[in-house]
Order: sequence, then structure tokens, then C-alpha cells
Amino acid sequence: MDYFLSEEQEMIVDVARQITDEMIIPQRAELDEKEEFPDAILQTIAQADLFGLYIPEEYGGFGGGCFDMVLALEQFGRGCVGIATAFAANALGAYPMLIAGSDELKQKYLPEIASGKKYAAFALTEANAGSDASGIQTTAELDGDHWVLNGTKQWITNAGEANIYTVIAITDRAKGPRGATMFVVEDTDEGFSYGAKEKKLGIRASSTRELIFKDCRIPKDRMIGRQGTGFITIMRTLDQSRPGIAALGLGLGQGALDEAVTYAKQRVQFDKPIISFQAVQHILADMAIQLEASRALVYATARNVDTHKTGVSKIASMCKVMATDMAMKVTTDAVQVLAGYGYMREYPVEKMMRDAKILQIYEGTNQIQRNVIGQELNKEYGKK
Amino acid sequence: MKIFVCVKQVPDAKDVRLDPKTNTLAREGVQSIMNPYDRHALEEAVRLKEQHGGTVTVISMGPPQAEATLREAISCGADEMALVSDRAFAGADTWATTYTLSMAIKKLGGADLIICGKQAIDGDTAQVGPGLAERMGMPYLTCVRKVVSVAGQVIRLERMMDDGYDLVEAELPMLFTVVKEINEPRIPSLKGKMKAKKQELVMLSAADIGADPDLLGLKGSPTQVVNVFPPEMRGERCLLEGTADEQVAQLATKLEAIL
Repeated sequence: MDYFLSEEQEMIVDVARQITDEMIIPQRAELDEKEEFPDAILQTIAQADLFGLYIPEEYGGFGGGCFDMVLALEQFGRGCVGIATAFAANALGAYPMLIAGSDELKQKYLPEIASGKKYAAFALTEANAGSDASGIQTTAELDGDHWVLNGTKQWITNAGEANIYTVIAITDRAKGPRGATMFVVEDTDEGFSYGAKEKKLGIRASSTRELIFKDCRIPKDRMIGRQGTGFITIMRTLDQSRPGIAALGLGLGQGALDEAVTYAKQRVQFDKPIISFQAVQHILADMAIQLEASRALVYATARNVDTHKTGVSKIASMCKVMATDMAMKVTTDAVQVLAGYGYMREYPVEKMMRDAKILQIYEGTNQIQRNVIGQELNKEYGKK
Repeated sequence: MKIFVCVKQVPDAKDVRLDPKTNTLAREGVQSIMNPYDRHALEEAVRLKEQHGGTVTVISMGPPQAEATLREAISCGADEMALVSDRAFAGADTWATTYTLSMAIKKLGGADLIICGKQAIDGDTAQVGPGLAERMGMPYLTCVRKVVSVAGQVIRLERMMDDGYDLVEAELPMLFTVVKEINEPRIPSLKGKMKAKKQELVMLSAADIGADPDLLGLKGSPTQVVNVFPPEMRGERCLLEGTADEQVAQLATKLEAIL
């Protein structure tokens, strides 16, 4: 379907498509198997000017928005959600600075992220703070000119590979939701270390570890925004990043549909290609319907996020839920179409199905997304 | 350093057909690409520019549609592009082509370094690089697999040989041709693509480059193609089976019978 992309957006798609076809797809199975971080591919993405796609030109980026990122992430997701996650996690790490950071902080860190010289990561989750962010135990206390961080972050994407971490910690527990603040921690900071690399079901080319802070001292000016604004910054970050996760779902769904249709045309049973059987056609048709409907919602949402800076939480959650539930369904169906072959690692769809699951879990489970949507509906109808 | 890279638009090797009547390459409906060796030449030029400064100009002699290949080169890091295009160039062999290219490069102010692909995958002559160097009065090296260093006017190169490589030193200005082992060409960047869209194309005709009409195109080409035909399949093929030792024994018997 024609979504009336601008000439610039067509170019973003072209560049991302070429990287996906020439680098990501040929390497995805090996990186998944070896659980290897895709450093060379990330550097290619950086060289192609896509690392700083969403970063303003004054900080060395391309000056694009949420929709531009969606277009690039859709292509990368078509190739490999693991590699695409390693890329996308940089944006998630950078957004808090972009949204709430001081100009000094932006000048210091964003150009290095935009050029791909340094990788970024975002740290919210803890053992007792998943869906319930109020369970955060990590603390930051002011000591002269320094903040001192203590605590452990869990399941942090790009941990151990990134150089720049945006971390939320409690600065005043008595203030509840207004008692959390975001900070920038560098990989070389004293008192900062990593846990062991996690073994995962999918997205195995991305790296996931704990961040451990033991009296980790960072200069006072590493605070992002004002004290107590951590949760607000995170909510605004997620408004930007959730359409990106939805875009990974779109790409993954497209990749799975491509594999399923191609296979169904070639596979002969009962003397006919299996695509000639209605039982198979209907599965493929349902995959295509859900995919295109999701794409329409994700694109429309991303365009809204770019034009309306606030009040986009509901649609950001809606597109995340729809596109990632679709990806889970469509990849599962693709395995069914390829049947026995689909279950084997020789074909890419088993990996696609494994990778799909995380999309329903990270950046807020799809149940939490529905909470957001429900709460927004409650507010909207309360005004009437 | 002023670097020129010669690029040629060629039919995609995956899709080559001969016109059965004229015995020339059928170009209609065939995807055109940048000659793969030229991609490596371009990449090396862009890397040299990134390390040592200067400009990279891509130049092509060809029909107007070769503009697409030049724009692709800009998206991969070239700074300027020139298309040498005129009906008078049609039917040129490598003798006339090198004359035309040399006149165009001189017209554009000359070069410190010219880099070409080893050969084009359509004609496969591997003559344009060396021929152009002769026309320019430059030393040249072919089949370069590595640029070791550039210091002042001295360039050190590794030239690939059948049994290893030669380490050769040459003085600029010079020309070298590259093999695909020299580098991994980059994927076009977003800013490169945007530049490619806007970049002005320098168009040069036979008159613009001040060429002698008698030395151009078919008229200026001593090579006349009499016939082009696919080779007939000859000889008998057989597959030897068994263990390695058994296969060697069978092969030896067959060879003895021939000798």
C-alpha cells in the first residue's frame, strides 16, 4: 500500500533495506546461534547515517523524528529483531537526554551516540520493579558535588556493550512518584559493574545483563532534568520509543509473511503447490490482513507523535500492542505454514517466532499497554 | 589529492543476453549496475580521501542513462561526477575510449591519481586502465590488492600476483587498477543519497573536450567486432566416483590414454 512517504523517507527505507538485505539477513542465524553482539552491523548502520536518525542536527544527528525511526526499524526488524533491538536500545538510552537533558549533557553525549562511536542503553527494570516501576530500589544520594548510586538494574539491553547509560534511581522515597531522578552513568565510572550475560529464548544477538552500582560516584551535572522528574521523563521516552517497538513487529511480521508465501508457492504436496489449497491461503490471507492493518496504525501513530508532542501515550500503546500481538500471531502461523521445516533451525521462521515473544513483553508488557489505554479512556470520558 | 575514478555502467551479469540478430549485448529490459570492480576502485578512492584529504571525481563515458551509476557513486562518497557522452563516441573500442577519457580528464584539470577497476564484467578487456595511463603519460600498476601508504608524492601498493604479491613504490601522478580483494565497498549513506539527488552533473561532449573526431567512436577504433557467438559445448564430461585413491587411479589411466 502507498503510504505517501516523502522523498527523504524513501531514502531512509532504501538505505535500511540495503543494510538489512546485504548484512543483517546473511548474518542473523550465526549471530543468533553464537549469541554474538552485532558490532560490525551497528557500525555499518552508523556509517550510513542512521545511528543519529532521531538526533537533532545540532548534536550531530540527521534531525529525523519518530516516523523516520519507525521506517528504519521496520526494515531492520524484517531482518533480525535481535540486531534491531541492539540498535534501537541506543535510541532508548538517548531519548531521556534528548527530552529532558541540559544542553551541556546533550553536547557531551549525543554527538558520540549519533556517530556510533559510543553505544547507549536505558536502565529502568529491577528484580522487584518490572511492570510496577514504584518498586525501584536503586538509590542516588547527593554527597557534595557527586551523586552516589547503589542498587542493581536487571535485564538491561546493551549492558556491557554500551558506554553511556541512562539510569533511574530514587532520590527521595518519601515523594513517591516524584522522588525518582534520571542520571547518566558512564562505563568507566568507579563502582559500576555488570552481571553475567543472560541466556534468552530469542533476540540472542542482543546483549542483556545486570548493572551493578556499589557506591558509584558520578559528577552532579550528570543528572537528567530536574530532581524528581525521572518518571515523567520515562513516560515521555516511552511515547517516542513504543512506536519503534511496534515497527519491529511490523518488520518481523513482513519477514514471516515473505517466508511463508515464498515457501507455500514452492512446496508441493498432493501434486500441487500448497498455496493452491484454501486451508493455506486463508492462513496467509489472515497474516497479510493483520500485518497491513497494524502498519496503517503504526505509521499514523508515528506521524502523530511527530506532530503532537504530548497526549500521545494512548496511541503509542495502542500501536505497540497491535503490532506486537500481530507479530506473535503471524510468526506462529508462518511456522505452521512451513510445518516441519518451519520448526527446524535451517529455516528462519523458528527464530522469528522465538524473537516475536519479547515484543509483547519489553518496553511495557502488552497488559501494561492496555492499562495505559484504559486509564486514558477513563480520563477522556471523564472530561465529557 | 585530486583522485579520479573511472566507472562503467554494465548489464547485471545475472541477466545477460545476446541479441540473436546483431550479436551485441541486448540492453533492453536488462538491469544496469555499476561494474563491480569499479565499486572497489571507488571505495578505495573514498578511503584515501578520508585519510589524506582531497576530492574524488567519478567519470564515465557512456550513454545518458549512465548518470544513474554516477549518482550512485556520489551516494557512496564521491564528490563530483562527469559524464562524457556524445553520439560520436558510439562503438568505441578501448583505444578510442582511453583517448576520450584522457581528453576529458585533462579538460577537468588532470589528476594526481586515477583508480580503475581491474576490468569491466561486460567487455572483460582489462585494457582501459593501462591504456588511459599511457594516454595520460602516467605510470600504472594493475591488480592492486592493497594501498600500503601514501607519503607526499610516493605511493606504495601491493600488486596481486599468481604466486603471492609484489610490493611496489610509484610516484604520483599515477594510475592503478584494483582487484576485489582490496576492500569491502560501503553501503550508500543517507546523507550520500541526499547529496546524490542534488549533485550537479558535468556533461562533456566531443566538442567540450576538444577531441579529434577521427579518433572517436567506431571511426577511431582499430578493433572491429566481426562476430559474437556463444561457445559451443564441446568435450565429454564424466564424474569419477569411489574413494580418493580410486579416483586418482582412474584419472591417471585417462590421462595416460590421452598422452
